[in-house]
Amino acid sequence: MYRTASGEEIFVIDGHTHFWDGSPANQKNVHGKQFIECFYAYHSNLSPAEEKWPLEKFEKYDAQTMHDDLFVHGYDDMAILQSTYLTDFYKHGFNSVERNAALKNKHPERFILNGAFDPRDGNKGLEQLHADVEKYKLTGVKLYTAEWRGDSKGYRLDDKDSYKFLEAAEKLGVKNVHVHKGPTIIPLNKDSFAVGDIDDVATSFQGLNFIVEHCGLPRLDDFCWIATQETNVYGGLAVALPFIHTRPAYFAHVISELLFWIGPDKILYGSDYGIWTPKWLIDRFMAFEIPEELSKETGAVLTLETKKKILGLNAARLYNIDIEAQKSRIGAAGGYDHLAAAYAAE
Amino acid sequence: MQASMLADRQAQVWARLQTVTDPELDESVTDLKFVTEVEVDADARVRIGFRLPTYWCAANFSFLMADDMRAAVLELPWVRAVEVVLGEHMYADKINAGLAEGLSFQQTFGDEADGDLGEVRRTFLLKAFQRRQAALLAHLLEAGHRPESLVTLRLDALTRLNFDEAGAALLSRYLERRDVAAQAGEPLAFIDTEGAPLQAETLSTYVRALRRVDVNAEFNSALCRGLLHVRFDTETPLTPRRAAPLDQTSRAPA
Repeated sequence: MYRTASGEEIFVIDGHTHFWDGSPANQKNVHGKQFIECFYAYHSNLSPAEEKWPLEKFEKYDAQTMHDDLFVHGYDDMAILQSTYLTDFYKHGFNSVERNAALKNKHPERFILNGAFDPRDGNKGLEQLHADVEKYKLTGVKLYTAEWRGDSKGYRLDDKDSYKFLEAAEKLGVKNVHVHKGPTIIPLNKDSFAVGDIDDVATSFQGLNFIVEHCGLPRLDDFCWIATQETNVYGGLAVALPFIHTRPAYFAHVISELLFWIGPDKILYGSDYGIWTPKWLIDRFMAFEIPEELSKETGAVLTLETKKKILGLNAARLYNIDIEAQKSRIGAAGGYDHLAAAYAAE
Repeated sequence: MQASMLADRQAQVWARLQTVTDPELDESVTDLKFVTEVEVDADARVRIGFRLPTYWCAANFSFLMADDMRAAVLELPWVRAVEVVLGEHMYADKINAGLAEGLSFQQTFGDEADGDLGEVRRTFLLKAFQRRQAALLAHLLEAGHRPESLVTLRLDALTRLNFDEAGAALLSRYLERRDVAAQAGEPLAFIDTEGAPLQAETLSTYVRALRRVDVNAEFNSALCRGLLHVRFDTETPLTPRRAAPLDQTSRAPA
């Protein structure tokens, strides 16, 4: 919970978090090592100096650390756990649904658990999706289209097989599809970050919401274009948001473009934990204003109302979260005890 | 061969590399600090080492830059052979072997590709065109030029306008990429990516729309520089870069 200077409370849903194991013991090969080191480079490059972790902590943190970083030191009220397998790089998967489910079981009032599927897994994958939705009551999935699988270096959402999985997911009651594009996808000669396939499936699957993580970066321009045209395409702020510290001017431009093209109702906050932590991201986001010159040009203003939407209201709408009821549940589990103490001390 | 001559040749190679851009960022591979070493031997053979901000940088752009570097350096009349070597990258072995054998991207990647890089190269040249055009148009609108006169302005008249230093730089950057969209002999200074004239009534909306491309490229550039800096020491100066004035004009689209 974030509380403004005037005492107004803002309910925060973190749209993008991970409980991963990137440790050397779990790495299968050099790619596993390079994968976590690349994440660590994002972390080191964009975090304030005092928020930087040693590599060892970054590779594998425990459940308590994550809980406290998000909900005690940080302002998150709830967080969406995204599952990512990367079984070609990691022996037991990078961030499996089982591992995430164990965390959610400890704090059911705090987490929304999302599964994952890979259309290249065929019928076995469809059966697994069915079983996962049933077992974990999934309403969302995270797709990583650049995942390596044997000789395959990725897939497209508008493939025939992807359609089968999206149809199955929709039938099973999955509503939200988080899409993350990475650098390798087939065929390699095309632009691997192109978002045309999201455009295609967003049109075909009107009953699903497509949340494009990192706002389609590095193709923000193409993303804005498709998200403007498709009512069911949303942008996740992870990776863009930490620029608020190192390059606030760039962040101002990016958030202005997003507000101008896709509007305040379709942008979702995400810390991308453990790459970044909610405390400093939200402190800076709440203090941030778009420079006047830029506002004049785009008409985009980051009002308190808009910030509330980005930080929680939009995700609550997508995931059917009744905020007041959820607050009671979290409060009953003692989740706000630390706040009461802090407010009393003020 | 004298040491001074080798040093001069090395400087010539750096000057040629300065003309090669990262297609996505539309900035020089030397300004981005991607090139780490240039060696010239007594037999006029050149070896170029380069690195990228992440192990995962897209294979197509990595290959394109390497291929462009080789082509740019081969334009020097004394060069007998060019070897370009990419370090610490997921496809380093494959790309380096392909480059060494003079293979195309399709030949290098076989079943993982369904063609060469013409399409992706054109996509990003068009983005560079849009970005450079938007910057110049915004500059001219800011300076008080009216939309009605800009959309009918002829190319020769554009080059005769009075520009300050910043404006002149924007002009020269735009002219380097204008041919990506303009047909040969196109008289209008400004056309869209299809080669069609712009409309006065919608000019400011048009410029506003292209701003997305610019913001995207700026953002990516900041990210790439930051990641490269974390991954490698980018502070230590490398070999002196240039001896001759820059030549930014000679790279034609594929």
